[in-house]
Amino acid sequence: MRLKSLELYTEHPEYEFAVSGHRACQGCAEMLALRLALKVFGQDTIIAMATGCMEIISTPLPTTSWRLPWIHVAFENTAAVASGIESALKILTEKKKIPRKDVHVVAIAGDGGTSDIGLQALSGAMERGHKFTYICVDNEAYMNTGIQRSSSTPYGAMTTTSPPGKRSIGQSTQKKNMPKIAAAHNIPYVATACPSYPFDLLAKVKKARMTNGPSYLHVLSVCPTGWRIPSDLAIRYGRLAVETGVFPLYEIENGKYRLTYNPEPLRHVVDYMNGQGRFRHLTVKTISQIQEKVIKDWGRMKYLCGVK
Amino acid sequence: MKEGKTGIEVSIAASIAAKLARVEVVAAYPITPQTHIVEHLSELVANGELDASYVNVESEHSAMSACCGASAAGARTFTSTSAQGMELMHEILFIASAMRFPIVMAAVNRALSSPLSIWGDHSDVMAARDTGWIMLFCENGQEVVDSIIMAFKVAEDRRVLLPVMVNLDGFSLSHVIEPIEFPSQEKVDAFLPPYDPLYTLHPDKPVTMGAYGMPELYTEAKYAQEMALINSKGVVIEVMDDFGKRFGRSYKPVETYNTEKADTVFIALGSINENIKTAIDMLKEEGREVGLIHLRLFRPFPSDELISALKGIKKVAVIERAMPGGAMNSPLFNEISSLVHSNKMGIQLSNFIVGLGGRDVNPEDFHGIIDDMSSPEAAKGAPKEEKNYRVIGVRG
Amino acid sequence: MAKPMDQYKWHELNVGCVIEEVGNAMEYKTGDWRSQKPVWNDAKCIKCGLCWLFCPDAAIYQKDDGLYAANLDYCKGCGICAKECKPGAITMVEEER
Repeated sequence: MRLKSLELYTEHPEYEFAVSGHRACQGCAEMLALRLALKVFGQDTIIAMATGCMEIISTPLPTTSWRLPWIHVAFENTAAVASGIESALKILTEKKKIPRKDVHVVAIAGDGGTSDIGLQALSGAMERGHKFTYICVDNEAYMNTGIQRSSSTPYGAMTTTSPPGKRSIGQSTQKKNMPKIAAAHNIPYVATACPSYPFDLLAKVKKARMTNGPSYLHVLSVCPTGWRIPSDLAIRYGRLAVETGVFPLYEIENGKYRLTYNPEPLRHVVDYMNGQGRFRHLTVKTISQIQEKVIKDWGRMKYLCGVK
Repeated sequence: MKEGKTGIEVSIAASIAAKLARVEVVAAYPITPQTHIVEHLSELVANGELDASYVNVESEHSAMSACCGASAAGARTFTSTSAQGMELMHEILFIASAMRFPIVMAAVNRALSSPLSIWGDHSDVMAARDTGWIMLFCENGQEVVDSIIMAFKVAEDRRVLLPVMVNLDGFSLSHVIEPIEFPSQEKVDAFLPPYDPLYTLHPDKPVTMGAYGMPELYTEAKYAQEMALINSKGVVIEVMDDFGKRFGRSYKPVETYNTEKADTVFIALGSINENIKTAIDMLKEEGREVGLIHLRLFRPFPSDELISALKGIKKVAVIERAMPGGAMNSPLFNEISSLVHSNKMGIQLSNFIVGLGGRDVNPEDFHGIIDDMSSPEAAKGAPKEEKNYRVIGVRG
Repeated sequence: MAKPMDQYKWHELNVGCVIEEVGNAMEYKTGDWRSQKPVWNDAKCIKCGLCWLFCPDAAIYQKDDGLYAANLDYCKGCGICAKECKPGAITMVEEER
């Protein structure tokens, strides 16, 4: 039953491109997202990855979890490395030094390596129009170095560099809207996804793979360790993020917004924040402020997507 | 390409050298005084004379990063930068050499900020001297062209697989017009076969590049890299000899000028050597024999060749174009000093810093240095000031 | 076959520390991380495969009879499979050690 529906997205649903034996935390939804996405990208893929959780847990010398060509150079330059690979593939194919084959370059970085230190390289790569997919696996903080805040950390969240205290509610700024920034570069395909909705994720990866130009996927990656939730609830909290409107699932295809899943009627944001240690310190007042903003943003999203 | 010599700006010649080497990916960001190199390369790609991907990256950090990606995917890769650009890509320079990517970079040496200066000196390359790159210094435009072509051959040799930096002085070499003989494409093709990578990023044979090293392995990884760098000198010499046989212009890691009868020599890097040679000729006419040891290869440091060149020499004036930054002496002096003392050579060394930020240095200045070194005070061996080096021409 | 890290001599490392044995991380058995393991009630299992789909460690496999089980060499005991199983066919059971 399950294998048949996966065959819509991949020729080899059973094959693992990211093998067991990696050192991800128990219940890591980020690793799950990549495990699923790679099934769709398939064999003819080259991965450029940033320094971060995924790189560290998968490649301690002399072992590697990846069964695809994979390169890690530094933290902030994933998109630049991917640009170099894509340019090389183009010229080598033209000069017939490598056989003509549709090999797709995939750049993978966390929220820190994307919205903060990696933003310049990403912007440059998108502007130049390279044919590649950039996946931001967003666990909403610099998790690998010990849960420090990033510009993707949501308002009010506790991290080690945005701790709540007498003069602080935690993260004091709003989450940077990376999909909007990507769309502002007029690239053909932008989408948000979450492994809690695996088939939505796979469909979007397939579309990204087929895009003739840059594509950007922003994947919400629930991190039990950093968000302080039990490891078995990683999938559940991803669902709650979507069902409360905190993380809408949508696509922007050539500038046109489309909602891929409508969770209305929305649950109250407190359903999502309850049980997450990183939000434990928030007052009822702050939560209702957050709820107001979620509703406002959700209204805007519906309007953009042409949903009543 | 015309037979014989062409009068051409050295930057343009450098880009033509890259074209003759059939580079496949160029990822570069413009910065004075490198701009003419990248501009001309763009032109060559745009009008189809060079079959390459030109990536207009958005910073030098991305330039070197894209070069790493391209080299990893199996393309012959070239870039160029100066000063602030070299500093911006600094962390990636270490990575490029450790990951063993045979990238060739034309470093147009320029002074580092602050104050901002677009003019030439060696502060940029000296700041990058320990990044694990093979480094060549060019005295004139012909050497720039020849060094770029040789650089690819050295870099891509399976015994080396290290990036090579070809250094040329900003403005004083990059922007002058010199007579240059371009080798023919056929001869370059015979000398430099297509790049055949040891490992490449391709799904037909997947590999993992850039895994991380725990303390149990990092030392061994770095040792292996250092050994490769040291052993690359042998390949540099081989390639220089081969080049000499095929193209008629011979190079050596260390060359000498008028050292047969001299007991005092200059040691310097780059185009300033031409000024020094002129000074030496002036002194010769006065009956004074002074020599020059011209360091062409700076990394790996050619200790053995320098020891041979220094035989019978009593005094050395080390000429440099970078400040020591609080060290006892400036970079090249520190290395020559280490060589001389660990080999108990009993040579008197003097450190002179010249030409910072593009300040002109002329043969008279070198004549003056020799006069000072031959003075009675200098014979006593005592330093003239509290510092161990003299900044020639500093006012105040 | 990767050796333990501290047994490599410097000249045994590949140029640039490139790893040619793709997927050799499988030599590291993460199974001893767990303190509880998933147990299937085959009677309740509807063979939907969601447990296999949601395992971040690819540590669940389908048996010949179509039912599912955990690969105890790698299962970290995170409990996602048990939580997501719709008919409640999976229970997390304390490891006896």
